[in-house]
Amino acid sequence: MAQQYDAIVVGGGHNGLVCAAYLSKAGRKVLVLERRHVLGGAAVSEQVFPGFTFSVCSYVVSLLRPWIIRELELPRFGLEMIPLEASFLPLPDGDSLCRWSDPELTRKEVARFSPKDAETLGEFAVAMSKMGRFAKPVIDAPAPDPGSLHPLQIMELLRLGKHFSSAPVDELELRLKLFSMSAVDFLDEWFESPVLKAPMSVSGIIGTFLGVRSPGTAYVLLHHYMGEIDGAFRSWGFSKGGTGGVSNAIAAAARHFGAEIRTEAPVQRILLEGGAARGVVLQNGDELRARTVVSGCDPRRTFLGLVGKEHLPDEFAADVARFKYRGSSGKVNLALDRMPEFACRPGNGPHLRGDIAIAPSIDYLEKAHDEAKYGDFSSRPYLNIVIPSTVDPSVAPPGKHVMSCFVQYAPYHIKEGPAHWPERREAFGDAVVDTLAEYIPNIRELILHRQVLSPWDLEQEFGLSEGNIFHGELTLEQLSFLRPAAGWSRYRTPVPDLWLAGSGAHPGGGIMGAPGALCAKTMLASGALR
Amino acid sequence: MPAPTPFHARTLPLNTSLLYKEWAGCYAPKRYDIYVDREYYALRHQATVMDASPLYKYELTGPDAAALLARVMVRGFEKFAVGRVGYVCWCDEHGKVVDDGTVTRLAPQHFRMTSADPAQGWLARQTRGLDVKIEDSSRTLCALALQGPRSREVLRALVGGAIDGVKFFRALETRLPGQGGAPLWITRTGYTGDLGYELWVTNEHALALWDALLEAGAPQGLMPMGLDALDVARVEAGFLLGGVDYTSARRALIERQKSTPYELGFGWMVDLERGPFQGREALAREKSLGPRRSFVGLEIDWEDYERIHERFALPPHLATETSREGVPLYRGARQVGYATSRTFSPLLKKYLGLATLESEYAAPGSELEIEVTCEYERHRARVRVRELPFYDPERKKA
Repeated sequence: MAQQYDAIVVGGGHNGLVCAAYLSKAGRKVLVLERRHVLGGAAVSEQVFPGFTFSVCSYVVSLLRPWIIRELELPRFGLEMIPLEASFLPLPDGDSLCRWSDPELTRKEVARFSPKDAETLGEFAVAMSKMGRFAKPVIDAPAPDPGSLHPLQIMELLRLGKHFSSAPVDELELRLKLFSMSAVDFLDEWFESPVLKAPMSVSGIIGTFLGVRSPGTAYVLLHHYMGEIDGAFRSWGFSKGGTGGVSNAIAAAARHFGAEIRTEAPVQRILLEGGAARGVVLQNGDELRARTVVSGCDPRRTFLGLVGKEHLPDEFAADVARFKYRGSSGKVNLALDRMPEFACRPGNGPHLRGDIAIAPSIDYLEKAHDEAKYGDFSSRPYLNIVIPSTVDPSVAPPGKHVMSCFVQYAPYHIKEGPAHWPERREAFGDAVVDTLAEYIPNIRELILHRQVLSPWDLEQEFGLSEGNIFHGELTLEQLSFLRPAAGWSRYRTPVPDLWLAGSGAHPGGGIMGAPGALCAKTMLASGALR
Repeated sequence: MPAPTPFHARTLPLNTSLLYKEWAGCYAPKRYDIYVDREYYALRHQATVMDASPLYKYELTGPDAAALLARVMVRGFEKFAVGRVGYVCWCDEHGKVVDDGTVTRLAPQHFRMTSADPAQGWLARQTRGLDVKIEDSSRTLCALALQGPRSREVLRALVGGAIDGVKFFRALETRLPGQGGAPLWITRTGYTGDLGYELWVTNEHALALWDALLEAGAPQGLMPMGLDALDVARVEAGFLLGGVDYTSARRALIERQKSTPYELGFGWMVDLERGPFQGREALAREKSLGPRRSFVGLEIDWEDYERIHERFALPPHLATETSREGVPLYRGARQVGYATSRTFSPLLKKYLGLATLESEYAAPGSELEIEVTCEYERHRARVRVRELPFYDPERKKA
């Protein structure tokens, strides 16, 4: 008889680890099984090139919930966060725009392009902060269940309804617009300068297959102001030692509370008995038994892979199969011999200590999307670049740097078919370096090592279906009580005693930790582990 | 008008915010940038350098230097080996704390002492019958606090591998690099609760030290830091600040403003098992009765704090600097103490405070309430007593 656990967590990504930490903190016996040799899933740091630590996939820590940091005492277990200082936008004509943490400095920069926009910025921030205040209780609690007649659920809906309807009319209007418009249309209502609008609009498309002019992309703008809401608690930042530092701190907390964590332990399938989850079968044939199984994998991998369609209700299986992934981004990580200099703003200044966007105009972004629509990667993609070694010297040898480029669009479904990505991988990497060279003329001389990850690589290596970085697109129809399927948004699944704790559950992706924590809290409150 | 320190020529052009505080009669940068977080994070992740020259410093020399300290301080230093540093406080004859600082044994008959307030007169009053010379080096000796996880690498680049042998609260006497480099004292001390050192040279070598240090620190991300970031770090480290968290017995107007070492958490320093020293009888009495008040750490309940703001449909708001405004603490209807320093810890994501409480409420875990003012209305949030320090990385002593 194999060892008995209260819960087996499949997948040692950050959400699986958060869930394990909360369950063990509550005294439950927990085992985490990770397929790879290293923990973190997509929030992982690896020395791909000697002396250089890459945040291989996720590169900034967005919205890691402060209450999780507090409740799991993550700083005690090694979590160290460094806030992003600026958002820098180099332009091909030699000009540039930098948005700073200091609003006065930002105002001055924007005024060079539009004095009117500079003045509107403050007003916009206030309006968005008001909106963000409504978003916060939504991401910090399980999704409401509109189909339920349970009194607690009805109370919760009423509470949220009151929260929403108590707002003045202008706020209600703004909310409706945010939920229905494209990022560009929404920003057009506020600002005139394309130089400001282009980098602001991209937050609406990250991780989706949409363009900045596609409807429904506006609401993601909110996420940026939620960081502001947390106030001094600015949650957008680098993690010391790369994003794997977050995962390692969570893992250390989980171990401290008693969780057992195994790496290189790939799970072949979830063990079902009488239709309920009773443990897992490893690829080596070992059978491990538990009262509950928690999956940190995405919904497709969990239900169509580890469980199997034949064990699911037809409607649910169809919903899960329909859930949209269609990964649209890749990653290029560079080890650099020295600090790169942008032609438009030379020198190693504070403008490089935040994120850098290659998004010179809205048409540039829209064209990048056009190529992707027909199965090509963008020849001139949108890049979101960070150089974490500017603020965290631990990730590169002295004087050397690591540069991480998030690249969109790189469609998983290239016209040759996803499996042909390995043949196109280096051409994709070249397109990124060529794009960089338009802003950093000598970039090619600085590159000591280049790591290129296509969406196909993200799927093969990190288990992200179709290379979607958020375990399924973060579009409105796949959020809240619809994530991952109507009626199953509260971490439970149609398979009794199988729970979903990854980014495919509410409130979604990013190094937020909320799905993992809320799943654990729901499990503990449900009595499943009493 | 405050006076510039010997580092002023270097710090002035760097201080883009032009924000200064007056510290012991000197200009001291509050923050080099309007946005203080950079300095704070550099301290916790890289290394920072802060001009600590305003500290008062005294050189105690002569055959009876140790005997003078034994008479003045709550602990003795005669058994300290050369190169060892001690943190200490000193009291008046009623056992009430006058000041706190460090004492370093630089030679068998040479101790260097630091203090927040001038102390020469205080020391001189107690030299009867002793062969000891007290020299005020406050304005001839300057100091830089080099703090943060990378500070050892910075010093290795500056003075070589000798720094690796310097343990927590130990000193190293060396020289600035180059031909005929000036004498440089390095102590592994600081006020941040992190790995860190303090570097001491005579004034004429200040700029040479600054330039060499910044050059050595560049690859490690060394940044200048002002008092605002320090004030956040010292609360995380649980360090109290004279004049904020307690009042010196020499400055107190009434008795209740004074504190004993036991009330301030300095009880571990007090060595009663030795010859007479200033305040000893009173302290022996206090120890046997137990202190009436205790100095503690507080964690303010963030959910409560958010809820108070939510009533006004406001997001919670906190300044980025430590508040030094005293705030009452309650158990039910009764006020049982007061918080003296409050800060939001960017690292721990916790709203923290340092407080003085009636001892019966001071056990870790004890739950109280703190006054919170929101939209000019008074509210209360729950607080829990926590053990100090709040943040204690292993590297500090490793």
